[in-house]
Amino acid sequence: METIILFAPLVGALICGFGWKFIGETAGQWIATGLLFLSCLLSWIVFLSFDGVTEHIPVLRFIESGSLATEWSIRLDRLTAIMLIVITSVSSLVHLYSFGYMAHDPQWKEGESYKPRFFAYLSFFTFAMLCLVTADNLVQMFFGWEGVGVASYLLIGFYYRKPSANAAAIKAFVVNRVGDFGFSLGMFALFFLTDSIDFNTIFAEAPTIAETQISFLWGEWNAANVVATLLFIGAMGKSAQLLLHTWLPDAMEGPTPVSALIHAATMVTAGVFLVCRMSPLMEFAHEATAFITFLGATTAFFAATVGLVQTDIKRVIAYSTCSQLGYMFVAAGVGMYSAAMFHLLTHAFFKALLFLGAGSVIHAMHHEQDMTNYGGLRKKIPYTFWAMMIGTLAITGVGIPLTHIGFAGFLSKDAIIESAWGGGSTYGFWMLVIAAAFTSFYSWRLIFLTFYGTPRGDKHTHDHAHESPMVMLIPLGVLSIGAVLAGMVWYSNFFGHADQIGKFYGIPVAEAGVHEESGHAEEATEEATGDHAAATEETHGEATADAGHGEAAAHGEGAGEHHAGFAGQPGEGALYFGPDNHVLDNAHAAPAWVKVSPFIAMALGFVVAYLFYIVNPALPRRLAESQRPLYLFLLNKWYFDEIYDVVFVKPTFLIGKLFWKRGDGNVIDGFLNGVAMGIVPFFTRLAGRAQTGYIFTYAFWMVLGIAALITWMSIGGGN
Amino acid sequence: MIQSDLNIIMPEIVLAVFAMLALIGAVYSSKDKLAPGLVWVTALVMTAVAAWIGMNGEGSHPAFNGMFIDDAFSRFAKVTILLSAAAVLVMSQEYMQRRGLLRFEYPLLVVLACIGMMVMVSAGDLMSLYMGLELQSLSLYVVASLRRDSVKSTEAGLKYFVLGALSSGLLLYGASLTYGYSGTTLFSGIIQTATEGSVSLGMLFGLIFLISGLAFKVSAVPFHMWTPDVYEGSPTPVTAFFATAPKMAAMGLFARLLFDAFGADVADWSQVIALLAVASMFLGAVAAIGQRDIKRLMAYSSITHMGFALMGLAAGTEFGVQAMLVYLAIYVTMNVGTFAFILSMERDGAPVTDINALNLYARKEPARALAVLVLMFSLAGVPPMLGFFAKFYVLNAAVSAGLTWLAVLGVIASVISAFYYLRIVYYMYFGEEGSELQTNASPVLWVMLMASAAVMLFGVINMFGVEGAAASAAATLLH
Repeated sequence: METIILFAPLVGALICGFGWKFIGETAGQWIATGLLFLSCLLSWIVFLSFDGVTEHIPVLRFIESGSLATEWSIRLDRLTAIMLIVITSVSSLVHLYSFGYMAHDPQWKEGESYKPRFFAYLSFFTFAMLCLVTADNLVQMFFGWEGVGVASYLLIGFYYRKPSANAAAIKAFVVNRVGDFGFSLGMFALFFLTDSIDFNTIFAEAPTIAETQISFLWGEWNAANVVATLLFIGAMGKSAQLLLHTWLPDAMEGPTPVSALIHAATMVTAGVFLVCRMSPLMEFAHEATAFITFLGATTAFFAATVGLVQTDIKRVIAYSTCSQLGYMFVAAGVGMYSAAMFHLLTHAFFKALLFLGAGSVIHAMHHEQDMTNYGGLRKKIPYTFWAMMIGTLAITGVGIPLTHIGFAGFLSKDAIIESAWGGGSTYGFWMLVIAAAFTSFYSWRLIFLTFYGTPRGDKHTHDHAHESPMVMLIPLGVLSIGAVLAGMVWYSNFFGHADQIGKFYGIPVAEAGVHEESGHAEEATEEATGDHAAATEETHGEATADAGHGEAAAHGEGAGEHHAGFAGQPGEGALYFGPDNHVLDNAHAAPAWVKVSPFIAMALGFVVAYLFYIVNPALPRRLAESQRPLYLFLLNKWYFDEIYDVVFVKPTFLIGKLFWKRGDGNVIDGFLNGVAMGIVPFFTRLAGRAQTGYIFTYAFWMVLGIAALITWMSIGGGN
Repeated sequence: MIQSDLNIIMPEIVLAVFAMLALIGAVYSSKDKLAPGLVWVTALVMTAVAAWIGMNGEGSHPAFNGMFIDDAFSRFAKVTILLSAAAVLVMSQEYMQRRGLLRFEYPLLVVLACIGMMVMVSAGDLMSLYMGLELQSLSLYVVASLRRDSVKSTEAGLKYFVLGALSSGLLLYGASLTYGYSGTTLFSGIIQTATEGSVSLGMLFGLIFLISGLAFKVSAVPFHMWTPDVYEGSPTPVTAFFATAPKMAAMGLFARLLFDAFGADVADWSQVIALLAVASMFLGAVAAIGQRDIKRLMAYSSITHMGFALMGLAAGTEFGVQAMLVYLAIYVTMNVGTFAFILSMERDGAPVTDINALNLYARKEPARALAVLVLMFSLAGVPPMLGFFAKFYVLNAAVSAGLTWLAVLGVIASVISAFYYLRIVYYMYFGEEGSELQTNASPVLWVMLMASAAVMLFGVINMFGVEGAAASAAATLLH
């Protein structure tokens, strides 16, 4: 079944991409879409029936070279299962949505065929993404990682007649190369350290890696920190974190369904997935995770500030994505991987919903993307309005404080903010709270500018604004359900008590106090300790036992409402929480003002947005004029693109030109041209002249030849 | 004793008897009217003998006290010689008949030349070596000037004859020097003197003269000068014959002599052969660029290819010999196909050899043009055509024998030579509008062309077993 999930999209891509000429455009599109819905259905079956025990499903023998021997196999654990439903659900809905959105694209002339290509790329992307998340070793993951990169490149540049689309595609590809370089180095380092690329082996070796020193660049470092940082650099590229984020806003050049699928719901979360997947290693790399927290928090703040002033509807959502990814990294960085995965899941629903809603607006407004030309669309496109409204309620985190009732974003975002507090990262906590206020502001700004007020811009366009067809509205409806319910349904699985999370992810749970299932739990503890004693030296075993005691003591002092803590070895279960990881307990025990703070921030953002865009629409302009430097700073995205252009792009172009004109053009071409057009023809003429046609010349050459050979032999050889 | 000796040379005897009977029969009957049928019968007989040798032969059998050796090496060469000669005969029948060139002597002379070649590759003695060589050469001299009323053809024959006589003189001089210093003409005796005592300078002089004489036959630089003139002057079917079987025979004899008689001082002759190889590869590659006549071009092309074959020989190892044999087998196949195409080139019934005539040929005859493209790519050594693997083999042999410099030079020469093969393809597909080329619709030529191209394409799968046969042939030569 897992194999079908993985390969159905590939089959769809091949049939649709190469076979549409034989079976027709529409049939090709429906086959690709149908196969994805099949894949989606099976994914949900797998997710709901999965019991938490990691499975390995071999597909084929992959690489055998020297000491490197590995299989291509599907690793099915809870992380994979979550990603499976996220990817296949959003992807199948986006496929369906594209029927409507791509129906009459103004980029193409009448009679040109572009739809099968689009669907084939989408399906191919889905296949690559599934490869990434089902990977059982690093190379397999890297295959998917690069595969989604290719698909992203192809889809951003889908409108290949637009120079800006091509430039954006190249930018995305190049920026991702920087991250991928870090990822590859991390992969090499892991192979160097463990002589294996299989996750199981690497996870089992994680404690050893943590005690190893490795020389890298100019100094000696702790191996776990180096590897974790390198892998995170890869994640930064893919997930558009600060410094490597510049490609994501530009990627909005692609068609909107692409933005929804790749640049919001799935591909950009690959970095978060990578960090969570490597949790057994991350738990031993404290400096690296502190860096992840810091960078994630900064990104969340930075992207939110830029989002405040953008006017392109898709760019606002793009910066919002960037910001939300920062949230996930903060959760992963402080060690609350399940919270990161929780936000990943809910974010996939509401962000895809927002993007598809924005696509519906754009579709209605004849591909107008500037929000200053919208306004008052509430009544023209009511279904889209309500879908966007639900998405906004979800992303801003509307819910009832101090309970578990609210939209999806309310539960997952609050979980992250509490985790940041629980993880002891004051910087992270405050950055995220401020970012939450900004998120609320720009999200409501988007809603007010688009759907309220008076129509602005081209009157003709407004007159012809129309509601999208059913194929586009159905995905909006389905995603709306997800955006409302996903948080409440799975809260306890992702951010409930330790035993609930442990059960969900298949992590062994150690009991500290008396409990109904104490017998079973004790068994687990014994097993864990036994393993330790068998596997490692005496001292190590003692250290763990001490840690275990400490943990038990901490629980005893705790609120007393639950007694479970995470146990087990790295690699057992889908996630690993180190013995000194108490983020979950601390987060749950956070004071009430911490728990309420995101709600207050959200309310503040809403009120300000309401004041600015409903009560007094002239206010934003006045503020922008009075704070002009700040406004420009934000409008120009903190000048990152300009700085990069001066520091990296221009010098690189210069060097490239030098090598091309001087190195390649003058030296290499010059040399070859000289040989091919000067020296060889010279000898050709010489040879032609030697061929006189007279027998005596020929005989003379023969005699000359034999004389030369005899001389050569008498001087050089013989005795 | 004599009975078993005769059994061993039975294939040669059968062919000789056939040639003589056919000669007498034709003289006393309707002469040239018999010729077309005779061509086919001769080709059939040669194919049958080739099959007989290929299927029946086993082990090594010296005959006449070691003067004649029948082993896997000679059998490999003989089968190649006979098959390629038969193919060329079949191809030439229609061409010659239409131009009134087809005399009944032609197939018989080819048979006699083949007998000479078979003796050459089986020679175990300087005597039999010379006997085979002369039988082959004399037949070829006559064949070259077959078109008696053409100045060019007679000139070609005469040039070939005079220079051939010179080379025979060199060869004989070398043979007598060798005999003088070793006291025997038997290869096994010569190698014995060399291994027992040290190799004297006189013997090395003899070796150089022998090499020079043979280098003339394989048209290695600087003994190549006759090649372009003779290729151009002779009737095209004769050129096709020159370019195939005699090359195989001469290279076979080369290997036979160097390993059987002088196998003890590989280091000495290896450098000489390497020198000849480099000179041939480069001169052939450079000089062919200036040619506009496709027959002259093929002459230089064959010089380059012989340079590559010599590279395998220069390695001086078993693998080198194997590489050389594989190279030659592939080379002969490519040339049969190419000449099948050249034979079909004509305009208003007259043969055309100017490469400008190929302009935009692909528009008119896409299938043939594609086949020629495959052959040209193969000649140039473009993977995945078989020609690439031929080159790869000899380069590999040179490198593993420590002659890396030779392999590097070979690659450079191969790059230069790619130019004129690709130019033909360029003319066919992208050339300018010009006078149109017509091609003869002869089915034989078509089949030969297509079969040769197909072999080049599909041979990569297992080379039709040539590799294994060449390996065992090389093994018998060295042990």
